[in-house]
Amino acid sequence: MPDCAVILLDFTSQADIISTVEFNHTGELLATGDKGGRVVIFQREPESKNEPYSQGEYNVYSTFQSHEPEFDYLKSLEIEEKINKIKWLPQQNAAHSLLSTNDKTIKLWKITERDKRPEGYNLKDEEGKLKDLSTVTSLQVPVLKPMDLMVEVTPRRIFANGHTYHVNSISVNSDCETYMSADDLRINLWHLAITDRSFNIVDIKPANMEDLTEVITASEFHPHHCNLFVYSSSKGSLRLCDMRASALCDKHSKLYEEPEDPSNRSFFSEIISSVSDVKFSHSGRYMLTRDYLTVKVWDLNMETKPVETYQVHDYLRSKLCSLYENDCIFDKFECAWNGSDSVIMTGAYNNFFRMFDRNTKRDVTLEASRESSKPRAILKPRRVCVGGKRRKDDISVDSLDFTKKILHTAWHPTENIIAIAATNNLYIFQDKVNSEMH
Amino acid sequence: MFMRGLKRKCFDGEEDIEGTLAGIKAIPSYNLQRQSLLDMSLVKLQLCHMLVEPNLCRSVLIANTVRQIQEEMTQDGTWQMINMQNTGQASVDRLVSTDILCRSSREQAEGKHVPGYSTFSKDFEGDQAQDSSETMSTASSVQALRNLQSNVWEMENSQENKGNFQKSLDQIFETLENKSPNSVEDLFSEVDNSYYDLDTMLTGMMSNTKMGHCDGLEPFPSPTTTTSSSNCKSDLNELDHIVEILVES
Repeated sequence: MPDCAVILLDFTSQADIISTVEFNHTGELLATGDKGGRVVIFQREPESKNEPYSQGEYNVYSTFQSHEPEFDYLKSLEIEEKINKIKWLPQQNAAHSLLSTNDKTIKLWKITERDKRPEGYNLKDEEGKLKDLSTVTSLQVPVLKPMDLMVEVTPRRIFANGHTYHVNSISVNSDCETYMSADDLRINLWHLAITDRSFNIVDIKPANMEDLTEVITASEFHPHHCNLFVYSSSKGSLRLCDMRASALCDKHSKLYEEPEDPSNRSFFSEIISSVSDVKFSHSGRYMLTRDYLTVKVWDLNMETKPVETYQVHDYLRSKLCSLYENDCIFDKFECAWNGSDSVIMTGAYNNFFRMFDRNTKRDVTLEASRESSKPRAILKPRRVCVGGKRRKDDISVDSLDFTKKILHTAWHPTENIIAIAATNNLYIFQDKVNSEMH
Repeated sequence: MFMRGLKRKCFDGEEDIEGTLAGIKAIPSYNLQRQSLLDMSLVKLQLCHMLVEPNLCRSVLIANTVRQIQEEMTQDGTWQMINMQNTGQASVDRLVSTDILCRSSREQAEGKHVPGYSTFSKDFEGDQAQDSSETMSTASSVQALRNLQSNVWEMENSQENKGNFQKSLDQIFETLENKSPNSVEDLFSEVDNSYYDLDTMLTGMMSNTKMGHCDGLEPFPSPTTTTSSSNCKSDLNELDHIVEILVES
């Protein structure tokens, strides 16, 4: 686990609150979506031998407006343009592709580079105007000349009208042909090339909406098995489904649920057990879930309980009523694995984020803020004191800023580089120690 | 009637007067706070009828909390009517098994005193003498007794109440499907407005515990203003959009 971290890139201030962060499969590109429907893609600069310190800094590569606000006339409700999730497609040619979604519509974007331009047309002049044919006396072959790099982003597919409820997750299948989108009550399977229809593979909507007590909160395809996917619920359960079993996967293959601890029971037990994020490990053997106070590692082979549980901010357990009142208890934190599945990371309040080393069982709390983060500076571990002895620089629970929440984090697929979204700022941290040593 | 029952319990149960006073404070305190949690939840469900479609997950979780409270209140109400004769000790035991734990079990074991914002479990965790754990001042204890009477009314009509709550929840889910502002007012008519005085108590508790800059920490708007403002807002916006459609065509 990285003992300390250095900021690689000076944070970027964006006008809007960042709502999702995602590295592509090589880690070369980092995409962020924001509340205003925009997507900003960062690209890592290739390492330069001349300047070893500027190894792989991320710079803005492209910005585009993915979604616009819409109005649902039937329900008299606005549809927010906020980007809920971005997922990269595996790269199959020179172009990059990603899926971005708001509450209702998923879009497939193709990102291409243009760094050459043909010059020397016979019929058109430099500005593109048609030449007077009488001036053309000889034929020439147009030549490709280098030009300033231009990144073009085009919408290739729009997958609309598939969801009645709010889309909370999208996940690309390992077959690279299909993907799924999940809303509160249903999960649809799409083919990347077909936009006018999708298959419904999970439907938990009760016949009578009055009987509704559970919703889908997140879902993901297995990284290797194209027939398996998992979805989490607001009651804290995970369901692993096999698409080979039946067309409609309402019946799970495996149900992962931890029995409630009777000593900790309260009116808030169900709310804090609601799973806000689920992620398969890179190996495909484990799942990582985040609920309000903990992150848990589940072994796919064991349904009765998680194999590991880590406390993110247990000091909040006595504050649940207040957090319920100010709605913070409904905050949906994400979680992430590192490339080797040995360290897990998740965000918390006060711009803190936490990392847990599964092998050494050590954990660290770090802060993503302008004050504590100068470029090239080493992040200092933070501590929240719950009363009792208070060390210097400790923060007391009562001074935590609950408006500063780190909901979205991402880990580079292979290296110890992490992207942290703190409201409208993006922080990118890298391990100080040479990543080869880990 | 309940008041008389309480007095009887005073004499039957604790011999220590202080203990009985604390006993009176302890038991209604739990009910009071549970009631305030219920009110808070109902208000939350109403407040989510904004211009943007409400977050279904949040609504479902709040509705489940409301159901839970309602079930427990029904059980308690029925139980308390039956077991008027029981000693205070038995009632404490029974309540302990369903207490609201807002603190970790470790803190419970150490008997930590949570300042300001009090937890329900602390109130009747056997610490009858620890009046300091009570968040209610003497002024609000009068209010508590008044609310207790309303509580009694609720308990006596627990079945009807259950029906009311169920109806409320049904209406909430119906409105989630088809947004109709009128049902919001119906919903509010079922909630006893006297409970909203508890908001000041709650927010008073809140200010004791500094939660940092929390935008969400504002006193609840009164039900009528909420509905009327949301009605106005939705009306205005509908008007805007109708104009938009007309202009576009």
